[in-house]
Amino acid sequence: MIRILRQIFRTGIVTEPLPPAVEEEIRQTGSRLEEAIIKHFRRSLTIRQVDAGSCNGCELEIHAINNSFYNCERFGVHFTASPRFADMLLVTGPVARNMEIALRRTYNATPTPKLVVAVGDCGCNGGMFGESYASLGGIDKVIPVDVYVPGCPPTPLALLNGILTAVDGYPDKRK
Amino acid sequence: MSMLAKALTAAFGEELMLDTRQLPSTVVCCTLPREKFAEAAKILKKAYALLAAEWAVDETPFGRGFAVCACFRWGREYLIVKSELSADDPSFPSLTKKFLPAYRFERQMQSLMGVTPMGHPDMRPWIKFEDWPQDAYPLRKSFDATKSMPRVAGDYQWARAEGEGVYEIPVGPVHAGIIEPGHFRFQAVGEMIVNLEERLGYVHKGTEKRFEALSWKDGAKLAGRVSGDTTVAHSIAYSMAVESMTGCRVPERAHWLRAIFLERERIANHLGDIGAICNDAAFAFMLYQCSRLRELVLRMNNRLFGHRFIMDKVFPGGVGVDIDNSGRSDMQAELEALSSDFEKLVVIYDENASLEDRVRETGILKPEQARELCVVGIVARASGMNLDCRIFNPFPPYDQYDRIELDVPVKITGDVHARTYVRVEEVRESIRIIRYILENLPEGPIVIAPGIPESDTSGFAAVEGWRGEIIYWLQAGPAGEINRCMVRDPSSLNWLGLEQAIPGNIVPDFPLCNKSFNQSYSGHDL
Repeated sequence: MIRILRQIFRTGIVTEPLPPAVEEEIRQTGSRLEEAIIKHFRRSLTIRQVDAGSCNGCELEIHAINNSFYNCERFGVHFTASPRFADMLLVTGPVARNMEIALRRTYNATPTPKLVVAVGDCGCNGGMFGESYASLGGIDKVIPVDVYVPGCPPTPLALLNGILTAVDGYPDKRK
Repeated sequence: MSMLAKALTAAFGEELMLDTRQLPSTVVCCTLPREKFAEAAKILKKAYALLAAEWAVDETPFGRGFAVCACFRWGREYLIVKSELSADDPSFPSLTKKFLPAYRFERQMQSLMGVTPMGHPDMRPWIKFEDWPQDAYPLRKSFDATKSMPRVAGDYQWARAEGEGVYEIPVGPVHAGIIEPGHFRFQAVGEMIVNLEERLGYVHKGTEKRFEALSWKDGAKLAGRVSGDTTVAHSIAYSMAVESMTGCRVPERAHWLRAIFLERERIANHLGDIGAICNDAAFAFMLYQCSRLRELVLRMNNRLFGHRFIMDKVFPGGVGVDIDNSGRSDMQAELEALSSDFEKLVVIYDENASLEDRVRETGILKPEQARELCVVGIVARASGMNLDCRIFNPFPPYDQYDRIELDVPVKITGDVHARTYVRVEEVRESIRIIRYILENLPEGPIVIAPGIPESDTSGFAAVEGWRGEIIYWLQAGPAGEINRCMVRDPSSLNWLGLEQAIPGNIVPDFPLCNKSFNQSYSGHDL
């Protein structure tokens, strides 16, 4: 036990402020963002991640936004196991034909506002896999998408930025 | 001549033909009439061979029919047995009764290529879902991959356990965590699992077919996306298969840089896994500590090589990024810090009794089962099999056995702890290997022109990724294009191991066992 405590204290807090560019963006969306998360999402934004056919690269980076460097929970962002509790779907792609029905069902099970963020080049437009007998291409071929986060895979910062952009656009979506 | 080839020659004599179009020449390809396909497997089984892969090829562009290939491995030897099938009767004798992993390979061949394994005990389609048109065989040349397929009605038949108190738990395809999709069906009595049936194929993206529409150069990009966590190892395997066909001799420095990338990928993934396994045993401390170390490794990758996973930096002919002296000393300092922090965590892992209680004697894959299932990589090494392509099929610098002295950790308990500890010891080895490489990195160019493969030749490569042996088999078509690209991710074999390790465990231990295997869905479904 003493070793665990020592390691924890020795490591300290490694969570970083975001780089100036991203920080600035967050400041710009600042009040609206805070208002949105506090008012509409009751201080916390709950995300359900859906892999609709990705190669697992994007999943690794989505994991990374949960690590202590990026620590997405500090913004009130956390991941849930069920779409029923989710405010947002974070979908990686391309949409495999064999996953199409599961993706539609997940979308239907999500309560409004159902924000959808398409992650990765494949999630945006099918990427290297394109459209074929087995791949339907980007996420927006199957469900409506609010924000696109390109990259192969997108960096954790790009992902955080994408999530915050979607939250920022939320009040418009409600209208 | 190799042991396996000798055994076959002794048995078949004149009937056996050596196929010289198979490259590199160290990989022997024997052609036999299709009636002898299963007999050859029987003889090879007696010679202690393991089945590494089985696949079908559409050779109609050459004016032939179909062909079935099976790749066997014994120690350092790889041997391919190939039989040609006529286009109007594409059936062949099944290997499933001799080699268990053929069970899924053959279901997949039947589903995607439409060649029939005669005598196969379970002909339910695999990867091809019940809502595909019955006559859709995407790997056939006559199939138009650009068109979407209509959905038809149909049901998958599940294995069922019956009796008082038996109930069923369906899980997936969309799982609770941030992981890939797949379906697991448990039959359980109380908390104890009686049977687990996997159903995979949800992330089938037509990867193998997609290769056929790409140039040899772009193929490396797609290979890097077969399984995103193993991008380096897949692109090395693809590149080496192409290089074996063109006879391209990659500069020494490029090989050594590939080895750095490969070992860094291994470290990053093992760190992630060790943390995640402990987290599934409710020891979140390790997850956060290990993800911190993992993040530091990825950031160094990004700084030195321009990508966090070093994606798209390996292609036929060499590598796309070099390391300079300051990068070298940065990496040495990083490894120093990583090693010291990692060892502290290992002590904590070792001393935690409640963690030990969860990981020991959980999810056991017995050595004899592991051998029957021909598993590879971490899973094999945790169950007493001494397999590692870095030793058995090395590229430089791994071929300098006496200088690099690679230590392959082998455990015999086959439980979650063994699989975790194989990873722990591999992280240590990888750190040591990278240090050795950094100190001895040869000078010279890092890329040369790869050349173009000749028509109707095939190439083969096996590389030890972090999960285990990855195999690529490529064939050049009549115009020198990619006619077929067979990808065998370690997951194709190891998923069967998970199915066998689960019965007898309690339901809440499944995530823990699954994490300790951590197989790829994308690499399996293709």
